[in-house]
Amino acid sequence: MTSKLCVTNAMKFFGDRTSEALERLSLGEGKAEIYEATGVTVGVHDVNFEVEQGEIFVIMGLSGSGKSTLVRMLNGLVPPTSGKIRIDGTDIASCTPDVLRDVRRRKIAMVFQHFALFPHRTILENVAYGLKVKGIGTNERLTKARAALEQVGLGAQADSFPAQLSGGMQQRVGIARGLATDAEIILMDEPFGALDPLIRREMQEELLELQRKLRKTIVFITHDLNEAMLLGNRIAIMKDGRFVQVGTPQEIVAQPADDYVAAFMADIDRGRVFTAGDVAQPAVIVNAGSAPATALAQLDRADADAVHVIGAGGLEGVATYRDIARAVRDDGALSDAVQNDMPVTGPDTPLHQLYEAASSGLPVAVTDGEGRLTGVVEPKVVLAHLSGVVPEPEPEKPAA
Amino acid sequence: MTPSEILMIPINDWVNDFVRGFLVPNFRPFFRAMQVPVAGLLNALDALFAFIPMLVMTALFAVASWRAVGRGMALFTVIGLCFIDMIGLWAETMTTLSMIVTSVLFCAVIGIPAGILAARSDTTWRIMRPILDIMQTVPSFVYLVPIVMLFGVGMPPGIIATVIFALPPIIRMTNLGLRGVRADLVEAAESFGSTRWQMLWDVQFPLALRTIMAGLNQTLMLALSMVVIAALIGGGGLGLVVNTGLGRLDVGGATAGGIGIVILAIILDRISQGLAERGSDRTSLLSVLKGYVRPQRPATRTA
Ligand SMILES: Nc1ncnc2c1ncn2[C@@H]1O[C@H](COP(=O)(O)OP(=O)(O)O)[C@@H](O)[C@H]1O
Ligand SMILES: [Mg+2]
Repeated sequence: MTSKLCVTNAMKFFGDRTSEALERLSLGEGKAEIYEATGVTVGVHDVNFEVEQGEIFVIMGLSGSGKSTLVRMLNGLVPPTSGKIRIDGTDIASCTPDVLRDVRRRKIAMVFQHFALFPHRTILENVAYGLKVKGIGTNERLTKARAALEQVGLGAQADSFPAQLSGGMQQRVGIARGLATDAEIILMDEPFGALDPLIRREMQEELLELQRKLRKTIVFITHDLNEAMLLGNRIAIMKDGRFVQVGTPQEIVAQPADDYVAAFMADIDRGRVFTAGDVAQPAVIVNAGSAPATALAQLDRADADAVHVIGAGGLEGVATYRDIARAVRDDGALSDAVQNDMPVTGPDTPLHQLYEAASSGLPVAVTDGEGRLTGVVEPKVVLAHLSGVVPEPEPEKPAA
Repeated sequence: MTPSEILMIPINDWVNDFVRGFLVPNFRPFFRAMQVPVAGLLNALDALFAFIPMLVMTALFAVASWRAVGRGMALFTVIGLCFIDMIGLWAETMTTLSMIVTSVLFCAVIGIPAGILAARSDTTWRIMRPILDIMQTVPSFVYLVPIVMLFGVGMPPGIIATVIFALPPIIRMTNLGLRGVRADLVEAAESFGSTRWQMLWDVQFPLALRTIMAGLNQTLMLALSMVVIAALIGGGGLGLVVNTGLGRLDVGGATAGGIGIVILAIILDRISQGLAERGSDRTSLLSVLKGYVRPQRPATRTA
């Protein structure tokens, strides 16, 4: 049991006739039918997952699919009907109220959609709230709160009141309040849902930046797929209280489990999901000393348009079929065909940033940290991915 | 043929038997003991208000009006209190004031905790609600009789009748205020591991304070409206002046008493309302009290 957070068979029904609802569920009846027949709302149905230390686990789904209910079960705000919710091994579904309170004080913090800042307290007091609850003395808690506030860039607003701040700033305060208690797990229920798109983008970047520094374990709820793809190390797609698919963003986009997931993926900004590394194909390479005819033969065999030339110092350049063919005809050397000025990128570059490089018509070389060629991205692949028509499964990443 | 010809229900006899035959003999000492704290507080306040010179008291009220409402109200307070003194009712007014302060304090001490209990549990509220409804619909004259039987006559029974009459609004408004606190704020407090007390003290109570203060204002006004009725069972002060005047067909005396009550009512109403509105700006018990001591500062909140 190494996971930070481990949820097994979590169930939540709202209503009285839960056993009847459970029976109907096992017979395969849907959420709407069960509500009709018993008045029981299925909030969460048999959800299982684990989140590792340092991971951002995103839960997404349409409104009413049970995301808020599920995330509130993780800190016991909504007690599960059945199932286990273990935080560092402690099952908070079955522990005493004292233990639950202790877990909430030390291990888990929550950030809310509408910020939920206390309007009668200053920003600093808001951030210090979790520490106050813990019983930490005034001086120490205000010092810590100030440090947390600095982390989100709002040190100057310490003495303002929430109503004086913009939405984006208020949510930064909400995040600082979660960070101040040193909780390792942070639950975020559509934290950027109430912000306008520009601020939202900004906040997403800031969250990623913070996460790089702090390595928290984050459960992040959203109904925005692009947000999910950007932030999530793994994503769970939720429908009618169930997880229909869990996987990395790339797995989910490449292999949607069913039509529901596929429909979600339809309007995704694929350029931000896939990176050069995801779509790279093995490079066609020749040695710098080879004869042009050898290179041409290589290209014919690989049915490719350009070849990358490797010299003593590593990647030297790229040569197109046409230029090599001309070199063969003119009896020239391979070096006559080589262009040293070629598009190169790292494996983590998102595809939407490759658009320009791809428009040169040359395959984009993907190199690792030491400048070694690990693959190439063909211009047509970039365009195909951006337009949502994936020509073939990525050769380097067999479907999981 | 009417139902009464078949069966007469002797409800008056039943109640008589219950009160005279059961409550009075068995619980009289208990009810007598209940008067002790009431009488103690009342006498202390009465002595205090009688001790403070008229001009000092007027100055205190004027300052309170100025802080809570503004300059115009302070002026009205000074003129109104001087007028009461000039019509020769100062002592009676102070007696009425001590009765009202005693009643309101007991209402707050009983009503706010009762409201908190009601807000915490739906079951408690379901039980409490019809009782409050009855307390508010039964005419106040009706329960003067059992009160006299149980408590006797005099000032403390008058106060107890007033407390019963004025209690419902503070309970209702405390319950309403606490239940009206935004659910996500309560959730936020809970998610950080607050105990119920921490939540109540740090979040719910300060945010409900404005509503609770509005309830206190209503309670105060009800207590004032009860002074004349309480005088029927031995309460003193302005109520007694009015009653005596009516009894002797002395319209002038009754009117003077009535004017005194109205002036006192306006002053207390405006001051307590001002306090409640202050509560909405500061929304913390401490800062309301602080704001009361420090000079008035315009609210600096923007939407
Ligand atoms: N306290 C509650 N009582 C009854 N039904 C509820 C309650 N909370 C949520 N639900 C129901 O549970 C389902 C899931 O709700 P929720 O978790 O809020 O969804 P989401 O956050 O994905 O929009 C919905 O059908 C909702 O109506
Ligand atoms: Mg929700």
